[in-house]
Amino acid sequence: MALAVRFAKQSTEKLSPLLRRNFCSAYELQHKNPIQKRIAAIPKAQYGGRHTVTMLPGGGIGLELSNYVREIFRYAGVPVDFEVIDIDPNSETNDDLDYAITSIKRNGVAIKGNIETKSEATGIISRNVALRNELDLFVNVLHCKSYPGVRSHHKDIDLIVVRQNTEGEYAMLEHESVRGVVESLKIITVEASERLSRFAFEYARKNGRKKVTTIHKANIMKLSDGCFLETSKRIAKEYPDIEHNNMIIDNTCMQLVAKPQQFDVLLTTNLYGSICTNVICGLVGGAGLYSGRNYGDHYAVFEPGTRNTGSSIAGKNICNPFAMLNASVDMLNHLGHTQHANAISTAIYETIVKDKIHTADLGGTASSTDCIQNVLKHLAAGQVSWKIALDSEEDESDFTFWRFA
Amino acid sequence: MSLLTRNVARCLIQVSSRNIHSTAALANPPTKPQQRVKCTLIPGDGVGPELIYSVQEVFKAADVPVDFEPFFLSEVNPALSAPLETVVESINRNKICLKGILATPDYSHTGELQTLNMKLRNELDLYANVVHVASLPGVKTRHQGIDAVVIREQTEGEYSAQEHETVPGVVECLKVVTEAKSLRIAKFAFDYAVKHNRKKVTAIHKANIMKLGDGLFLRSCEKMAKLYPRIQFEKMIVDNATMQLVSNPHQFDVMVTPNLYGNIIDNISSGLVGGAGVVSGASYSASHVVYEPGARHTFSEAVGKNIANPTAMLLCASKMLRHINLLHYSQQIYTAVNNVLKAGKVRTKDLGGNATTNEFTKAVILSLK
Repeated sequence: MALAVRFAKQSTEKLSPLLRRNFCSAYELQHKNPIQKRIAAIPKAQYGGRHTVTMLPGGGIGLELSNYVREIFRYAGVPVDFEVIDIDPNSETNDDLDYAITSIKRNGVAIKGNIETKSEATGIISRNVALRNELDLFVNVLHCKSYPGVRSHHKDIDLIVVRQNTEGEYAMLEHESVRGVVESLKIITVEASERLSRFAFEYARKNGRKKVTTIHKANIMKLSDGCFLETSKRIAKEYPDIEHNNMIIDNTCMQLVAKPQQFDVLLTTNLYGSICTNVICGLVGGAGLYSGRNYGDHYAVFEPGTRNTGSSIAGKNICNPFAMLNASVDMLNHLGHTQHANAISTAIYETIVKDKIHTADLGGTASSTDCIQNVLKHLAAGQVSWKIALDSEEDESDFTFWRFA
Repeated sequence: MSLLTRNVARCLIQVSSRNIHSTAALANPPTKPQQRVKCTLIPGDGVGPELIYSVQEVFKAADVPVDFEPFFLSEVNPALSAPLETVVESINRNKICLKGILATPDYSHTGELQTLNMKLRNELDLYANVVHVASLPGVKTRHQGIDAVVIREQTEGEYSAQEHETVPGVVECLKVVTEAKSLRIAKFAFDYAVKHNRKKVTAIHKANIMKLGDGLFLRSCEKMAKLYPRIQFEKMIVDNATMQLVSNPHQFDVMVTPNLYGNIIDNISSGLVGGAGVVSGASYSASHVVYEPGARHTFSEAVGKNIANPTAMLLCASKMLRHINLLHYSQQIYTAVNNVLKAGKVRTKDLGGNATTNEFTKAVILSLK
């Protein structure tokens, strides 16, 4: 067995890098090939209690948002260092993106804004999708919980969307078979559906949830969505303590806007998930509040819940910073810094609910910096160890301090 | 060219956005935090306690919000030593520790081959030792402007403590190299380089002789280097590396070494910038850091003479404060030590002066701002 592993390793190493790329992606190396799956994971980037995390600010408001996160982390004394990587949206090559993916592979965890892809060349695929595929981030989780006092259509919503993230309609397999006829392939595999369903049920059990609802369109797409539905039903039998039902996507959308409180955990394929998350975010206060989490077997990437760059409001100091802040809280929870995560999350809650400091998208008049200022005020009152001194001017990212001029 | 313009533009954007938003949010900072941090303290043997006293004096003067939990740990004085478990428990709780040097006797009383230092490292899995070797202002040495980092694996290799006499007169000492630990230290070195904006990592080895052992270490470094396309990777044989260090030390940036070579390189490079009294170091595990002087000498002949140089220990303390986000205090102490050295009026014996440890400490306190 060990010999086989070694042989497999060597045989891929002998291929030229270009060929290897076409031959099998890192995704396949990791999960499709049962022999190579045994390759040891890269050691974690955690040294002396401090984590290194990749930060991809992305386009539009991403830069502002990530600066806010860094500022709050510095202020709260969070033992996390960022490796910031900018991706040039106008670039016609994938160099920056490849480097970003390598960086996430070695750090294991990333926080990102939405990355713009301006190039329309067919060789340059959407960078967000490429990132998910390369890192095999097969599940996207969005937790929507109403903030009391935020202008919204429904109250007391508390639901979780677990979305397939790497296949389905986003397989990016499209072609024109004859002139005027385009075929777009939707790929559903038992393997990926099973992995996703299991994640959803495990997640539900771990977080004390009662019900999982599979969202599908198996009445029309009998084979593809049928496969997804059947797999989730099969997995559900392994979790008798959690109720399982299913609902067709069009009905789901109607139910979501009419009576969203009936849902608990929604388990969906890729495109339906995208639609559901946007509907739900619209119901409870827009794109600026909630954060999304992407998990694979080895990596985790945190981002604002709905994937919009917000280029039109960039640099105007009016964007809602809480989606990104919530993403950073998720990240801290994932890393195990629960103390800091709780402090920041409480400060966010107090700011939104008690102090009612809302940006324009929630019907308020506050600027982004007003929100951040208020969060900082609450953080100062909280009890967090490893705090920094407030009168220091040094930038966390400036390490020249240890060198002599 | 396009890369250059892009970078310039990016810098401008970042600077401007930082000015518009970030500083605005901090313009009116709320009240000062009151939380205090706990730190384990091991004074060590030799002049250790005197140096620690100096640190405590400076901390008191700067009003640093750190409380020490002192433990006397010693191998040469086992009767007075605190049990290792207590110390380990304390470091596990506090995550940080400031430590002097523990003396290691040349022979073992009990027949045990592991030293106390090794036990502590193994208990906490302190696998990476980092020594930043930088020329200090006002310290006269053969070379100026040295700025290198030595990263040493310190839980395996020659320090495996596995020795035995197979037949009388034949002793075998095992050097153990594992892939997991080699990959781990290589990754540590590269991550350190990325985080601190370093350009180059040099792996120090002797794979031409120890083809399997050091070969594994070297291959692990090469493997890891592929994940860091923007950091230059070099390898150098340890004998050549020592020669290059004393003749042209400026070529080195970050060095990553197995255990014993690292120990030797640490000492050579410490000697280059002014000796054991001025070089600070730190040992990392995944969740703890132990700060200790970079070159491990107890200087026991100077005990009670009040002549040891506390610079190394003060720099350790400053780095520790930085690690726990007390940047302001860290910078304050660092600048003070730097200024005293630069002025050159108060110099201890190792730097060619006549000042005592106390006088140096006092000078540092006076230049605290």
